Amino acid sequence: MLSQVTMTVNGAQIVVPSGTTVAVAMAIAGQACRTSLSGEPRGPLCGIGICFECRVAINGRPHNLGCRILCEQGMDVRTNE
Amino acid sequence: MSKVSGRRFDILVVGGGPAGMAAAAYAAEHGQRVGIIDDNAALGGQIWRGQSEPAASKWAERLRSSGVTVLCGRVFQQPEPCTLLAEGENILHELRYEKLILATGARERLLPFPGWTLPNVMGAGGLQAMVKSGFPIRGKRVVVAGTGPLLLAVAAYLQKHGAEIPIICEQASWSRLARFSMALLGHPGKIVQALQLKRELASARFSANSWPVAASGEGRVEKVTISQTGKIETFPCDYLACGFHLVPNVELPLLLGCQIQNGYVQVDDFQRTTVTDVFCAGEPTGIGGVESSLVEGEIAGLTAAGRIAEASSFFGRRGKLRRFARSLDRTFRLRPELNSLPAPETIVCRCEDVRYSHLREHKSWRAAKLQTRCGMGPCQGRICGPAAQFLFKWNPDSVRPPIFPVRVESMAGLSAPANLELTTGGRE
Repeated sequence: MLSQVTMTVNGAQIVVPSGTTVAVAMAIAGQACRTSLSGEPRGPLCGIGICFECRVAINGRPHNLGCRILCEQGMDVRTNE
Repeated sequence: MSKVSGRRFDILVVGGGPAGMAAAAYAAEHGQRVGIIDDNAALGGQIWRGQSEPAASKWAERLRSSGVTVLCGRVFQQPEPCTLLAEGENILHELRYEKLILATGARERLLPFPGWTLPNVMGAGGLQAMVKSGFPIRGKRVVVAGTGPLLLAVAAYLQKHGAEIPIICEQASWSRLARFSMALLGHPGKIVQALQLKRELASARFSANSWPVAASGEGRVEKVTISQTGKIETFPCDYLACGFHLVPNVELPLLLGCQIQNGYVQVDDFQRTTVTDVFCAGEPTGIGGVESSLVEGEIAGLTAAGRIAEASSFFGRRGKLRRFARSLDRTFRLRPELNSLPAPETIVCRCEDVRYSHLREHKSWRAAKLQTRCGMGPCQGRICGPAAQFLFKWNPDSVRPPIFPVRVESMAGLSAPANLELTTGGRE
């Protein structure tokens, strides 16, 4: 298993330790996880998969809970619009 | 493609925290065929998060050696009596049981105030969970605020990982905290923990009678305004970790028809709910912490396995821990001033962006839901529900399946290509 994972966050490449969650990768990259209905940037809130604020688009699929998914090599993560 | 997996157990435990692990171990060690399902990748619940804690690995070993089946998935529906459906990654579990033990745990209560939706404003336990998942907090300034014993534990944890803690704000008064420390006298283990936290946090400023009135910043929180006994002070920060004690996860017990009393699942001495062969243990019966959860799990597991006499030998210990739980409730009860924290434009329901001014026009949670969609987004009111209950004294509504958003294919219970839509319950 790789000790580091290279992935993209909103198009920019970042490297994170393996075992990092997608929500944490977004926080490291300083990117919002999603944009709310009224256009506010939102980031993780509850940290335990209940609030759904950390949902992101992964490899083109929207609505993934960032706090529950581990980063993978080559993953393309985007702010959930 | 997801597949459907059918399993049958004598006893099914929902929730893999301390209460669920204790219940599963005791039931399996008495000859029952036991399954335990949790929606996290590892057992241990939010308190242990995985098995790096010695206590968690001890219980995990007991589950292994007693042959408990461990499943990962989120229970969302009861299609027929004695059957639950749970969604895992690429799998739908259909779980049949003779007896069911609910150990669904608790979550933080989060209250709205101006700026609380800014990125980097998180639950106190929420930020701790992020750091445990790999977020480097070293060098960041974190204001810790809210109420409850979790605040000190989180502050100590963050500081140990290199965060700077400018202030810890506890909304409870000094006199309540003083009474609480007297209640600790009957629990030497808890005194040791409290003293250790106090030592670790010796350099941090702790303020009672204090709460956040606003957070502000460009694109993320940059400063927090705190009210301290009426005095206003602003702290620059990178994070605000803010939680107002815990609320029990009672959605599944409600779905199954269990009676709820004062917000908690009603149980008898043997942890039996009002529904036959359904037990409940841990935080859903009262917020009491890990020791209380363990003893309730032990009683539920033994009773479900038919070991009534052994179960009753734990009653004395549980009684003592329940008294402690009640003193937690009293000490960290929310003060009425927190009611006036939201401004008219403050968002209360973060899923649907429903503002305080729109909610206060309504007379009940149900009316507010129908008119504003408050509580009807993906979290299904898990965050705004407890807040609205405190702000408006609204009683929670009944719950409807699915109690979590699930893939459309899981709803149909069929194999189908992964569908991207979120299906949420309770649409009217």
